[in-house]
Amino acid sequence: MAIFINENTPILVQGFTGRIGTFHAQEMIDYGTNVVGGVTPGKGGTSHLGRPVFNTMKGAVDETKAEASIVFVPPPFAADAIMEAADAGIKYCVCITDGIPTQDMIRVKRYMRRYKKENRMVLTGPNCAGTISPGKAMLGIMPGHIYMPGRVGIVGRSGTLGYEAASQLMALGIGVSTSVGIGGDPINGSSFKDVLEHFAQDPDTDAVMMIGEIGGPQEAEAGEYIRDHFKKPVVAYIAGLSAPKGRRMGHAGAIVSAFGEAAAEKVEILANCGVAIAPTPSEMGATVQRVLAGRKAA
Amino acid sequence: MDIHEYQAKELLAKFGVPVPRGGLAYSPEQAVYRAHEIGGTRCVVKAQIHSGARGKAGGIKVCKSDDEIEAAAEGLLGKKLVTIQTGPSGKLVSRLYVEEATDIDKEIYLSFVMDRAAEKIVVVSSAAGGMDIEEISHSQPDTIIKVAVDPAVGMQGFQAREVAFGLGVEPEIVGKLERVILGCYRAFRDLDASMLEINPLVITKQKQVVALDAKMSFDENALFRRPQIAELRDKSQEDSRETYANDRGLSYVGLDGDIGCIVNGAGLAMATLDMIKLAGGEPANFLDIGGGASPERVTKSFKAVLRDKNVKAILVNVFAGINRCDWVAKGVVDAIKELEIKVPIVVRLAGTNVEEGRKIIDQSGLTMISAETLADAANKAVAAAKNAA
Repeated sequence: MAIFINENTPILVQGFTGRIGTFHAQEMIDYGTNVVGGVTPGKGGTSHLGRPVFNTMKGAVDETKAEASIVFVPPPFAADAIMEAADAGIKYCVCITDGIPTQDMIRVKRYMRRYKKENRMVLTGPNCAGTISPGKAMLGIMPGHIYMPGRVGIVGRSGTLGYEAASQLMALGIGVSTSVGIGGDPINGSSFKDVLEHFAQDPDTDAVMMIGEIGGPQEAEAGEYIRDHFKKPVVAYIAGLSAPKGRRMGHAGAIVSAFGEAAAEKVEILANCGVAIAPTPSEMGATVQRVLAGRKAA
Repeated sequence: MDIHEYQAKELLAKFGVPVPRGGLAYSPEQAVYRAHEIGGTRCVVKAQIHSGARGKAGGIKVCKSDDEIEAAAEGLLGKKLVTIQTGPSGKLVSRLYVEEATDIDKEIYLSFVMDRAAEKIVVVSSAAGGMDIEEISHSQPDTIIKVAVDPAVGMQGFQAREVAFGLGVEPEIVGKLERVILGCYRAFRDLDASMLEINPLVITKQKQVVALDAKMSFDENALFRRPQIAELRDKSQEDSRETYANDRGLSYVGLDGDIGCIVNGAGLAMATLDMIKLAGGEPANFLDIGGGASPERVTKSFKAVLRDKNVKAILVNVFAGINRCDWVAKGVVDAIKELEIKVPIVVRLAGTNVEEGRKIIDQSGLTMISAETLADAANKAVAAAKNAA
């Protein structure tokens, strides 16, 4: 098992025929992902990469019975694409798009609350590298070959820092059950806590590597959840120890604007909640290894 | 993106928020002329820079005569004003705002922010205006009133009245305050602001509600649909290193150290800065070249990093995902040759085709130091910068 996606999950690509959508859809197909088609308004009825193209998500879901989708639509139209996926009955959606206005994301989140929790689409991203269940399916833009199948979950804001973690783990012979990018935007589809709730239910995930950064309340919220409810060991690294207050570090959401949002403060909060801290980004893999070894010994 | 006080006031006035009469001046002579235009016995000369706390730094002067206005303008124009928010280098004052003086009876704090936990626009207000919000939340937390706005329907009148009554203003002021709060909310929503702060919002002795100061920031992701806001950008208020890089599509933040950084991905870039600090060095910048590190972007990045004359060594850290290390390495080698770079360069490549990439670096005949891991790269960069110093 894994969370969100596996080798059978039927997947649609939104923004399928564009340059970026085409490139990454092909990579996903090559990885073995079950891509069943895509949507580009106005190109319905044609075929692309050997898969059917649809005008609307509703039409595509009716025809293909797709359960997940990935959004490569440009920022001005991305919020619309996410809401269309939610409305079409998609269960899991990844939004890769970087640069969506914050108020658009607020509208998306408000719109999704129209659905009861059990029927509500799970969104991860935007501004993320996507999700991969190694050896099964890839719903994202990551290099698939740096992920070894295994039993450690990864959840993080940053794409490349997630790659760093996965390759450190692979070098130590540790594999990954699913790696989920929640993205670098201030308002995102799923928080660390939301994703941890899924890892809690997954019998094939033994431990979780969490990669946070400066800005926002989500790492602290995850800390409380881990302390009170999460039974598996968690290792965390928080990027931005050297970031000055009030400056935006690349990601739209990476800005320290309140107490508890600086890296050192988050590290302290998480450590107090029983999370094992990777002191430097080059020790993410080693810290996971140590925690796993301790768990076996216990 | 930040804008000036006078620009924020112009925007807010269009949404029905009363502001004092005022005008812009670029010279002492113009400042006096503006004061005469406005009339009255007193006026306020205000330095226009992208920073709060200007008053304490001497950037706001109340003047009673032409001589005082001239002296104030002369003292501010062309100078760098250092506030607690600007950092030690300060910000250049190239324009002044001359405003009529206001008879203040009561000062209120009013701001609108994006609440990331609630995922809503939140109004924050306090009767303890004039102080900054950190001070208020420290010394008088009970005076803070917060109201969250449902994005589906927008802010309602009763919510604005809740704030007004909560502030304890006289009944005849409540209606005026309600209109100001709703006007600010509409400005925030319609212009894709990320922050709006009026501190102080004053009630005058004549029982008017007036925005005495105004500060607004905007969501950069939404500027594509707000051209009238994008036009308000003032590059003279930015770090010139950042202006150069950002105008070339690079995500760059200037810092005070001597190790230039070129990294792909914001998270990995932050982590690289952390590693440099842990290794005992100081980064000169944050730079994310984006997920793909094409040779052109690598060259652009070197140019941007080298504009900072403090840079004594450069650390390139690229995790090649979709692209390949050999391709990135070639880009680095070409850039160094083209730009004739003299400072030591540490290159750490990881990911796809890493062996081929390292071979290109090692066999280039250039003064490059290749590193295997993040820690290795940081240590080598710190050592290189120390040797060069």
